[in-house]
Amino acid sequence: MSWVLKDVLLYGEGDPVDVLLTDGRIAEIGNGLGAEESLEGAGLVLLPGLVDLHTHLREPGREDAETVASGTLAAALGGFTAVHAMANTDPVADTAGVVEQVWRLGQEAGHCDVAPVGAVTVGLGGEEMAELGSMADSAAHVRVFSDDGRCVSDASLMRRALEYVKAFDGVMAQHAQEPRLTVGAQMNEGVNSSKLGLGGWPAVAEEAIIARDCILAGHVGSRVHICHVSTAGSVELIRWAKEKGWDVTAEVTPHHLLLTDDLAATYDAVFKVNPPLRTQVDVDALRQALADGTIDCVATDHAPHALEDKETEWGAALPGMTGLETALSVVAQTMVETGLLTWRQVAERLSETPARIGRLDGHGRPLAVGEPANLCLVDPGARWTVDPAAMASRSRNTPFAGRTLPARVVATFLRGRATVLDGKPA
Amino acid sequence: MTAVPDRPKRPDSSGDPATARPVLTAPELARVVDRMAHELLEKTGGGADVVLLGIPTRGASLARRLAARITAFEGVGIPIGSLDITLYRDDLRLKSPRALEPTALPPGGIDGKLVVLVDDVLFSGRTVRAALDALADLGRPRAVQLAVLVDRGHRELPIRADYVGKNIPTSLRESVHVQLTEHDGQDAVLLGSAEAGREGR
Amino acid sequence: MKRHLLSAADLSRDDALLVLDTAEELAAVAERATVKKLPTLRGRTVVNLFFEDSTRTRTSFELAAKRLSADVINFSAKGSSVSKGETLKDTALTLEAMGSDAVVIRHSWSGAPVNLARWVRGSVINAGDGTHEHPTQALLDAFTMRQRLGRLEGLRVTIVGDVLHSRVARSNVLLLHTLGAEVTLVAPPTLLPVGVEAWPAEVSYDLDAVLPKSDVVMMLRVQRERMGAAYFPSPREYSRRYGLDVRRAAALKDDTIVMHPGPMVRGMEIAPEVADGPRSTIVAQVANGVSVRMAVLYLLLGGSEPAIGASAHTGDHDRTERTDA
Repeated sequence: MSWVLKDVLLYGEGDPVDVLLTDGRIAEIGNGLGAEESLEGAGLVLLPGLVDLHTHLREPGREDAETVASGTLAAALGGFTAVHAMANTDPVADTAGVVEQVWRLGQEAGHCDVAPVGAVTVGLGGEEMAELGSMADSAAHVRVFSDDGRCVSDASLMRRALEYVKAFDGVMAQHAQEPRLTVGAQMNEGVNSSKLGLGGWPAVAEEAIIARDCILAGHVGSRVHICHVSTAGSVELIRWAKEKGWDVTAEVTPHHLLLTDDLAATYDAVFKVNPPLRTQVDVDALRQALADGTIDCVATDHAPHALEDKETEWGAALPGMTGLETALSVVAQTMVETGLLTWRQVAERLSETPARIGRLDGHGRPLAVGEPANLCLVDPGARWTVDPAAMASRSRNTPFAGRTLPARVVATFLRGRATVLDGKPA
Repeated sequence: MTAVPDRPKRPDSSGDPATARPVLTAPELARVVDRMAHELLEKTGGGADVVLLGIPTRGASLARRLAARITAFEGVGIPIGSLDITLYRDDLRLKSPRALEPTALPPGGIDGKLVVLVDDVLFSGRTVRAALDALADLGRPRAVQLAVLVDRGHRELPIRADYVGKNIPTSLRESVHVQLTEHDGQDAVLLGSAEAGREGR
Repeated sequence: MKRHLLSAADLSRDDALLVLDTAEELAAVAERATVKKLPTLRGRTVVNLFFEDSTRTRTSFELAAKRLSADVINFSAKGSSVSKGETLKDTALTLEAMGSDAVVIRHSWSGAPVNLARWVRGSVINAGDGTHEHPTQALLDAFTMRQRLGRLEGLRVTIVGDVLHSRVARSNVLLLHTLGAEVTLVAPPTLLPVGVEAWPAEVSYDLDAVLPKSDVVMMLRVQRERMGAAYFPSPREYSRRYGLDVRRAAALKDDTIVMHPGPMVRGMEIAPEVADGPRSTIVAQVANGVSVRMAVLYLLLGGSEPAIGASAHTGDHDRTERTDA
């Protein structure tokens, strides 16, 4: 089937053009084009399909919270054409068998591509290195390795893993959290935690690991990617490491670009997340860092949880927030409407760069003739109110419930096939 | 943030006294109190074993005045005290909790005594009912009598006063305000129209 | 409108004084009356929901409720479905079905009473949540201070010990500040929270320097489990630097009182001679606890509308509020 997207703005720039999609590729860009199916796109922004470096799809193991099918549908509705599925499933994605299963489930669901992330250590145990090479060589073609949810805190193990993945151009995605400094941690350590009587998660626990790992990556000449950077201090360290010329990349989540730890005062565990929401000073630094490129990309850390794991005491609740269906809108509010990023730069931060870090072929490509038709069409002027019950994710733990956000994904195309049309599953 | 009950005021001062008409002036009120003091002496055989317990706020003041007049007439000192009945009210669920008023018993206590409860206005009788309950928890008087400055009728319980300063037949739409210098800057009894939603007495 | 007592910060100055004045009257009633039971809360049901053992606090609330003629249901975590994995929300819905007018909750997690308040119709009273707050303890402490010293305004109160983990300290700092007292916290730096500089209190590491200026010294319990976690090197060293021993007690002004929320670790944070001495209000604190809790129950449940407490926590918080504004 062929599609023509009429009168769209490429990257939100220039004059309206028609974009013709045939055989899974962009066949022609011009005016007055026709096809079997036509989509009126006046006023809409065409971006390359978004790529998430950090998604929890929960399958296998917690299919009550999310499945590959439900999570990738949520992703498509959020404008994504590829997501990286984190390894902390049950069983853990620490073998070629598990990562191939996840990859295949993604193919079967067909909403977006699923690139499994491989666990660094067996069972996320932090002690014994998993068979990273086998996962790299598998059908899932794993390039990103992470124990996310846990930090690879053993410095020696981290060093060896950084060295080992060089053989297949892999990248170590570190969840930076010094475990001994975060025993019993429940929220950002500061004025609010002192008043609320919740265990503090100090910024230094993140920053100490980031400093160490940047230096390690520089020392062994490997690639390190810092997951969900959350503090102003982390930004300074990453800026310093990049100035050194080390191969360090970093991501920030939409929620860390918008929310602060003031929300913990509600004791509503929907605001519990790891790393925790920080202060306005941190939020401002993260936005600035994303704008100036110190932070390379936005990743959702979409972390669906079943109701019983969230509708409970703060301390007993699991950390995490859903984010796939709200990511672009939160970026639009925090970065585009504030003038910090153009839509062209949004394409870079949410598609091109994460695809490059994850070594994903066919994603984050230019909007040009001959390129794969992985696309996302956005209405930048739309405003919508977040309703947890109306989301495709199986879980309801969005911290943005009730907020009115700008920009809405109108359509998503995966290799020329519409996965989302009119803001709904195609 | 929170509505706190006005401490010195009781709801019996409701209505707008400004639009009310006087039924007792200050000199009349003084004469009525004098007469009540005489009656009390007469009926209690000279005030032996009598304890006056006023129901705050104005009942407590009236008890003090009655005791002072009795002393002036006969030279005897009558023990006085106050009895807050808030915790015994049967209409608690209808209103915000009230601040408690002081309860103070005379040093000799009330056991075996003739306790005369003193209040400003007798209306439904519910306040007196609550006072009798409160009294029962404090001790065992030989007998209990009731003295009120104004009886306005409309009893809802089988209660009557032993000493009445003045009977004032009222409509339920009216309210009775007893004003005493200690609280209101002047002595008077006023009859006005009850405001909607507020408690007339 | 339903009201709760979740934090000492829920009480305005007028609220707090109303509680203390009411407690004073209730204490007088109890002292006078031959029959200790008041009919005030007849027909009301108070649930004691204790997820943490605390015989003292539970008994105090139970006695307070019973003296006001409320029906009391003790719902302890042990032996109930709570220990079988039932969630706090399930428990809340069960209590709703039973028709409770108030829930007194003690829980090991900070904020659990705030969660509960969202799920039940009745009033929620925080009887201690994790390392967060214990507002009725602060009220009874303030009551005791006023009883012994005649005032709260301008009183210099020193709180000594494990402030980091103390819900008593948090509630006391908030309430005493509201009531015009000046609070100084004294502890080893490891037992003070990061962020304490934003509290309405002074901070000192030097107990000896602060004691002579204090009108009230409140000693906090040092829990055994802190000793193994490197908050301080040894009980002996803690005691030497932060314990209220006989020598230190001698440096106090004549009328300075010594308080302890209990249970005490005698010889560790407080010497037995001091705990049992004339300055000590420890026994009075227990008695006052009942009067203060009666006052809180009366003011929250005694009428159609509560006279004190917060309603702000109960509704869904304003999620549309933008933090980037």
